[in-house]
Amino acid sequence: MEKDRHQIKNLFVEILKKYAKDPSLFENLNDNTEIIKDLKINSARIVDITLDIEEALDIELDDNDMDALFTIGESIDTIEKLVKAKT
Amino acid sequence: MQPPFIGSAFKYVDNITYLDDSFCKGSFHFREDLPFYQAHFEGYPITPGVILIECAGQTGCIPLGYSILEKNKLTNLIPVLSNCEIDFFKPVFPGESVTVESEKVYFRKHILKCNVKMFKANGILVLQGNLSCKFLKKDDIK
Repeated sequence: MEKDRHQIKNLFVEILKKYAKDPSLFENLNDNTEIIKDLKINSARIVDITLDIEEALDIELDDNDMDALFTIGESIDTIEKLVKAKT
Repeated sequence: MQPPFIGSAFKYVDNITYLDDSFCKGSFHFREDLPFYQAHFEGYPITPGVILIECAGQTGCIPLGYSILEKNKLTNLIPVLSNCEIDFFKPVFPGESVTVESEKVYFRKHILKCNVKMFKANGILVLQGNLSCKFLKKDDIK
C-alpha cells in the first residue's frame, strides 16, 4: 500500500536519526530544517541516507533527486513524488 | 592517474598487487625507522591507529577511487576522508608488513565508500571497517 506523506516523513526521520550524532537536534524539527546544517549530519552520509530510502520504499533517486535532499520539506516532496510515480 | 602525494613523508603504500574498479589489494612495510615510533610510545613503539587508518586509505580506498575516476573520465579531484568506522583487532609493531583489501560498497556523487580489511603476517586481522572519501575539486575544499 502506498505510504502517505506523514508515513514517509516518519520513515525519513528515522533514517536520518541513524546518521545523526545529536538526537536533541530533532526536537524542533520542521519542514525548513536543513539536514546537513541543522541536524549536523555529515554530507557524505546523504548517499547512505539515499540508499536506505531506496531500499525502504523501492524507489530510485538520481543525482538531481539527491541534491533535493536539503531540507526536511524538500526531501519529503522529492520522495513523495517518486513514490507516487512508482504506482 | 596517481594520488597527489609528494615524496614519502606521508606515504603509507608500497605496492598495489591487484586493482579493478571494485576491489583493491596492496601492501605496506612499517619500517623501524619511521619517525612516529620515537614518540608512540617511549620504550614501546607501536603503530598509531590513525596511521593504520591512513595506510588502509592509501593502500585501498584511494587507488580504488582513482581507478573509478579514471574509468568515468573524471580528473583533477583530490580525495578527502569523510567517514571512518573502524574496529581494531591486533597491533602492528615496527618492522611488520601489512596487506590491505578494499572492496567498493558504492561510488555515488563522487563519494566512495569501501569496506577495508588489514592483515599482517599469517593472515592475522589487524583492522576491519568502512572508510568513505569524497573526491573534490581543489577549489571546493574549504
